Amino acid sequence: MRFLLDDEQREFGRTLNGLLAAAGTPAVVRAWSAGDTAPGRALWARLAEAGVFALAVPEEHDGLGPLPVELAVAFGELGRHAVPGPLVETVAAAALLDRLDDGDVMRTWLPQIASGKAVVSLCAPGANSPYALDADACDAVFVIDDDTLRVAEGHGKVQASLDPARRLARPHGGPVLGRGPEVIAAAAHAADVAALATAAQSLGLGRALLARTVDYARQRTQFGVAIGSFQAVKHRLADTLIALEFAQPLLYAAALMLATAHPAAGREIAAAKVSAGEAAYAAARTALQLHGALGYTEELDLSLWIRKARPLRDAWGTPSACRARVLAP
Amino acid sequence: MDLDFTAAQDAFRAEARAWLAAHVPDAPLPSLETAEGFAAHREWERTLFADRWSVVSWPEEYGGRGASILHWLIFEEEYYAAGAPGRVSQNGINLLAPTLFEHGTAEQRARILPPMASGEVIWAQAWSEPEAGSDLSSLRSTAVRTDGGWRLSGQKTWSSRAAFADRAFGLFRSDPDTPKPHQGLTYLMFPLDAEGVTVRPIGRLDGKPAFAELFLDEVFVPDEDVIGEPGQGWRVAMSTAGNERGLTLRSPGRFIASADRLTALWRERAAASGTALRDRVVDAVIGARAYQLFTYANASRLAAGRPIGAESSLNKVFWSELDIALHETALDLLGPYGELADGAPEAPAHGSWAEGHTFSLAGPIYAGTNEIQRDIIAERLLGLPKGRR
Ligand SMILES: Cc1cc2nc3c(=O)[nH]c(=O)nc-3n(C[C@H](O)[C@H](O)[C@H](O)COP(=O)(O)OP(=O)(O)OC[C@H]3O[C@@H](n4cnc5c(N)ncnc54)[C@H](O)[C@@H]3O)c2cc1C
Repeated sequence: MRFLLDDEQREFGRTLNGLLAAAGTPAVVRAWSAGDTAPGRALWARLAEAGVFALAVPEEHDGLGPLPVELAVAFGELGRHAVPGPLVETVAAAALLDRLDDGDVMRTWLPQIASGKAVVSLCAPGANSPYALDADACDAVFVIDDDTLRVAEGHGKVQASLDPARRLARPHGGPVLGRGPEVIAAAAHAADVAALATAAQSLGLGRALLARTVDYARQRTQFGVAIGSFQAVKHRLADTLIALEFAQPLLYAAALMLATAHPAAGREIAAAKVSAGEAAYAAARTALQLHGALGYTEELDLSLWIRKARPLRDAWGTPSACRARVLAP
Repeated sequence: MDLDFTAAQDAFRAEARAWLAAHVPDAPLPSLETAEGFAAHREWERTLFADRWSVVSWPEEYGGRGASILHWLIFEEEYYAAGAPGRVSQNGINLLAPTLFEHGTAEQRARILPPMASGEVIWAQAWSEPEAGSDLSSLRSTAVRTDGGWRLSGQKTWSSRAAFADRAFGLFRSDPDTPKPHQGLTYLMFPLDAEGVTVRPIGRLDGKPAFAELFLDEVFVPDEDVIGEPGQGWRVAMSTAGNERGLTLRSPGRFIASADRLTALWRERAAASGTALRDRVVDAVIGARAYQLFTYANASRLAAGRPIGAESSLNKVFWSELDIALHETALDLLGPYGELADGAPEAPAHGSWAEGHTFSLAGPIYAGTNEIQRDIIAERLLGLPKGRR
């Protein structure tokens, strides 16, 4: 047993972190929220070049994967930098298509996903949501109803989310790509991958919120001293770190178990999803509180992170649904 | 990265499991915080020692198996899963032994460790004083130089297990004139039945004498019972404190076993208990698993030669809060039976939730309070400025 990322995995995370830090994601997020997806698509292409989407695609379709641990590392960095777009949905769609019998569908979509040419969204029972994320910015929206897989022909009006970078719409119509128990099983697998990636994204988001808040607490003074020297402030930040640190190993274990198709993988993913989602949401609450009124503004880039925490906590498995899964016999 | 155990580790697990199945007493031993229970637990230590299970991670020459930290974790998982008794000698094994491995002499190790491993000599920790708790460096009890050794005087308190233990280790002020309170302290060991020692047991919340007050009046200690250099006691003691909070004091196996018992209890009562309680059961289960995985990661880090420092404070806060959550949830599931003390005629099966609950409540206080741990996390791990303390 060696329950530690290896050097290559750590280096991959560092590289992505560097790439994203240099990319200035806040401007990309703000553009995406305003409906200008060009900077987002450009960043998407660079992420594809770095190999992010290939991690979800098998080698025979021009991918590198599936590599759930590396996916967890990558999505941690995507979350840390609040990258917008249907990132989770794209890798989940890859996992879905990978499990289908239909060679044509796979050959059409998987290489394009791996290379970053195709940005796709997914509406599946595991999300427990009628909306597809970013349908208006996608090349395809896959929809699963019971045992039927379709690729949508269009979508309804884009509805605003509390996180402006999440654009929600109901997909409709479209040709059937597959049907039967195979689709149901593939959809369940895709939902697992989506939950794992969302959990990773939450954790990265939470770490970024904590880091920014620690910086602020060291520099903001009141009563003549840095607010970070007050115990009430310190202890809240310490609790934030504890929650994030203990969610992290659950995430890696879930990824490992998914990689080996361990029978308890679903339960472990659910445990990781609750812990990471709750830890990140708590980090957002702490960040907001400790920034005072400044934290309650949309001008501050921090808002881009704060507003993501709650939707990510609930996407692809609410805490309640995940808890039920952990205890299911 | 992997979570797989080697064939040798699996074999070790199987061996431990078989031994425990054959040896763990059928009926739970009486509480180790009573004279009768203390004796029964001491006997159990002897049984463990006879087959080299009492200190698996120690070198063989002292009665161990030279096992790695991972083997130790495996053993602990099996130990608690088997419902084996609490460890009466844990203060010695978890706190004094690591200190002797790091700072003791070969003579001290040879003399002290084997009888500690067998339960023949059970140790108490004598650090706290009435005026020195969180601010341990304010301690006032003294060690005064004399022919061939030292004379200890003063008062220690909250010393776990000291009501029935044999010997104690603690910090004493050997130089009253140093500029800083952390200086001029010496780490010494002394017998609890020595001339000049008075032990006054203190009842904890459930009345059991789980700790004691020690009054020391010119107690003689020979030079060979000083650990490390005289005057360097703070440094010696702090390496022990890291052990206490870090990996060894509360192994994940204990919480995994409690979470399993809690799940069984919930399944029995699922129909009667709503989702609010279910969520708390799940969170305890997740917490225990998170703690186990976090510990695997730490063990892997240690094996890779990377040290664990202030991170042990994360552990301490996490397990102490998890322990309370586990027990409170169990008591809530038990409803009116939750308040029955262990040993009451209709006290619930499923192990001792009542005594466990009482014990869990102390977790955020001992081994450095959680307030102090949060300060350490904030200052050393997050880099926040020091405040007034
Ligand atoms: C069950 C149990 C077993 C124990 N076993 C042993 C033992 O075997 N040997 C031994 O030597 N000791 C033992 N102790 C004592 C334990 O180490 C002390 O209780 C602990 O260090 C706290 O000291 P105190 O009780 O004097 O509380 P105080 O230090 O007086 O603290 C009281 C409260 O004030 C808070 N506080 C104090 N200073 C600060 C600060 N700077 N910032 C924020 N909050 C602060 C504390 O967190 C606490 O909540 C045991 C205690 C218990 C409960």
